[in-house]
Amino acid sequence: MQTKLTINGVAATHEVSPATLLVELLRDGLSLTGTHIGCDTSQCGACNVLIDGVAVKSCTVLAATLDGAKVTTIEGLAKGDELHPMQAAFKENHGLQCGFCTPGMVMAGLEIVRRHGPNVSAETIAHDLEGNLCRCTGYQNIIAAIGAGAKAMGGKSNA
Amino acid sequence: MKFGVGQSVKRVEDFRLLTGAGRYTDDLQLPGTLFAVTLRSPYGHAVIRSIDTAPALAVEGVVAVYTYKDIAEYGEVPCLVPLSGPIKTPRTLLAAERVRFVGDGVAFVVAETREAARAGAEAIEVDYDELPVVASIDAAIAPGAPKVWPDAPSNLIFDWQLGDGEGAAKGIAGAHHVASLRIVQNRVAPTSMEVRAAVGEYDATTGFTLTFGGQGVAAGRPMIAGILRTTPDQVRVVTGDVGGGFGMKAFMYPEYVLVLHAARALGKPVKWTGERSDAFQTDSHGRAMVSDAKLGFDKDGMITALQVETWSDLGAYQAQFGPAIQTMAGGRIIGGVYRIPAIHNHVHGVMTNTAPVDAYRGAGRPESTYIMERLIEAGARTLGIPADEIRRRNLLRPDELPHHNGLGLEFDVGNFPAVLDKALADADWAGFPARKAAAAKRGHRYGRGMAYYVEIAGGGSQDEFADIKVNPAGIVEAAVGTQSNGQGHETVYAQVLAERLGIPMEQVRIVQGDTNRLDQGNGTGGSRSMAWGGAATLQAGDEMVARGIELAKTALDDANVDYSEGVFRARATNRTLSLAELATLHPGALDGRARYKPDNPRPTFPNGCHIAEVEIDPETGTTKVARYSLCDDLGILVNPMLVQGQIHGGVAQGLGQALLEDVVYSDDAQLVTGSFMDYGMPRADDMPHIHFDTLGTPSPTNPLGVKGCGEAGTIGAMPSIINAIIDALDGVQIEMPATVEKVWRACQALETRVAAE
Repeated sequence: MQTKLTINGVAATHEVSPATLLVELLRDGLSLTGTHIGCDTSQCGACNVLIDGVAVKSCTVLAATLDGAKVTTIEGLAKGDELHPMQAAFKENHGLQCGFCTPGMVMAGLEIVRRHGPNVSAETIAHDLEGNLCRCTGYQNIIAAIGAGAKAMGGKSNA
Repeated sequence: MKFGVGQSVKRVEDFRLLTGAGRYTDDLQLPGTLFAVTLRSPYGHAVIRSIDTAPALAVEGVVAVYTYKDIAEYGEVPCLVPLSGPIKTPRTLLAAERVRFVGDGVAFVVAETREAARAGAEAIEVDYDELPVVASIDAAIAPGAPKVWPDAPSNLIFDWQLGDGEGAAKGIAGAHHVASLRIVQNRVAPTSMEVRAAVGEYDATTGFTLTFGGQGVAAGRPMIAGILRTTPDQVRVVTGDVGGGFGMKAFMYPEYVLVLHAARALGKPVKWTGERSDAFQTDSHGRAMVSDAKLGFDKDGMITALQVETWSDLGAYQAQFGPAIQTMAGGRIIGGVYRIPAIHNHVHGVMTNTAPVDAYRGAGRPESTYIMERLIEAGARTLGIPADEIRRRNLLRPDELPHHNGLGLEFDVGNFPAVLDKALADADWAGFPARKAAAAKRGHRYGRGMAYYVEIAGGGSQDEFADIKVNPAGIVEAAVGTQSNGQGHETVYAQVLAERLGIPMEQVRIVQGDTNRLDQGNGTGGSRSMAWGGAATLQAGDEMVARGIELAKTALDDANVDYSEGVFRARATNRTLSLAELATLHPGALDGRARYKPDNPRPTFPNGCHIAEVEIDPETGTTKVARYSLCDDLGILVNPMLVQGQIHGGVAQGLGQALLEDVVYSDDAQLVTGSFMDYGMPRADDMPHIHFDTLGTPSPTNPLGVKGCGEAGTIGAMPSIINAIIDALDGVQIEMPATVEKVWRACQALETRVAAE
């Protein structure tokens, strides 16, 4: 079956099976391998993407159900060599080590900004990261990065 | 120099990893790739009567199914340090006639799609005869226990002792007080966020190519060649970005060879990507031990002796370094940097029907430290000596170094009492009573715990390699024999090389992970990379400059040429040649490989003091680590930002083991914790803010003076947090993980006791 999606600003019609998860379409179908699979049980958040501006675990969504949606993946945030303020904040604050959870964390950061605005507290960030696992950083610098990214984004919403 | 040693340079890896341009193993999408799934044993112990693969081959898209008989000619996944003597515990790539743990590989299914491979695996019919199991140390060592290895006399596969048994017994017998504890160190899953994966390719002319997420390519190459019954020159090993390793990814796993076998047999690339359940079942686990430990004190709190007897659960097979973890790796550091007249360490290796146990962040050193730090704090409590004071009395002073610990180690440098004092100041040690009183007003228990750890880092290393190429643009590319798994090696190595050569960091590129580029090196593990790989890189830089000077002498027609900041300069004429010009003039002539091999290779001894404070709500049993601070002596810090990141992550893993994580097998050897729904990973709101400080004494063992920082955080975290909980529970001993339920029960028992009094 077919589903029409705008992915990172590019509108196209994709042939998918009814069982194709969004993350499978992104990774295997479109080679957008920045979105990662970390758990298979929707616990880790490595596969977070934005669907119509809201962070969603792409392993929980069937691609066929998204007809007409706008999807933003980690590949769609930077403008050329210029990182999105949230990405830049991760670099500046050493908010990543192995980088595997990072795309999902950046998306979670954008979601936190959407929910709480530019002056979100560290406690709120830590709480709202309950759906994202990281094994390398101990989260401290991720929390700092999201806080800094939120400020840098000002009042602007996602992407 | 704004990028040199000591500067918190931002990472060169980050742009790639932040924009989705990282290249982890599963990201590799070669045309025509087939997908593989391992069918695993659902039983902890069983004889395989028969395997019917026909139903799998009938599944649309399945192209091959391999069982033991197909790969019987290949070698085994090796144990490099078997301590079991003549009794062997061979792990074949797929189970031959018997499976020994849940997850043991039985068949390898290859199909055109991932779904077909999964469906094929489900269709295979295996006829098992279940056998009795031993799922724990207690079960394995019980009289008459079923044996994991029938030819072995028992499940106690080795017996290892080190130190002064007689002296320790005397010291304990004559002690004024003996702290005596049975200490459990829970089995944990390393749990890299990227699950293991491998892609195999075969070309009749060039041979095999394995792409996998490992901790070094060169060391695995001859091992893979050996298993495949071929020569190393027929095997190329490639590693791209690695999503965390923590020791676990240093090892050989059956799938790495099976994808190569399948690729050759089928003439197409074959990819195996584990799922999280594969990871929980088959990644090497860590810790998994129980110890009876005694620490003797005289009336002044001075330690008289340490006596430890440990049963180390090895799982169903002796893993690559499994037997070494509690013995050669960690067993020699037991007792820490305290002045202990006699130490005796006795380790029993125990086979069980569980996943193999191997090195996990710290690899024996957290375990040894945990035992010692539990004991010293228990002793202090009974003797009525404050936790800081008993350590101050027993820590080795700088004037006592070097110090032989009686277990084959010589502690070289450090100022342990000064590190302790700085840690106390950082932690606001004096302010604790006020914080405890404030918590009491909230109806909460509050406690603090300390750990003084030392680890051996870079131990066992003999040499390391770096290979430099200078291109006509003057870019210096150094290939290194270590492998970043997220630590930021592309950045730190570039820092040290750029500083040494006096050129901008942008002019330096660090590459790793391809045996076609560099086929020598010992990989990353045991916090060795900077001490060894950093030194090799410096040496390679120096040797390149020396070659350049010789070339420039001729080119500039001057017998005296100096080098600085990327420029060769003739003394007499002041004529110059840049690196780029010289590389253009003599293509390849600046290139070369350095082998760093110190005459007297010695490990380093990172050490430090961690202090945790916990607040417990006795109504719910919830433990919150309220404060956490540490002062570490990690020698010279090349990039303090990255070091701090390593410590944060290490502490999180120690906290996870202390409070949340536990790999649980049922009595019938079923894995209960097979997903993130059952296994307690630390999440963001479990973590305290970590206050990081250092007081470094440069290590004399390597040119950079570094000591290693990858494992330190974990080592300090487990004992400091558990000691804090014990303190909050008025001295009631509690074992890891100190879950909400355990802590709640302990609180309830205390309330009952108070009420009864």
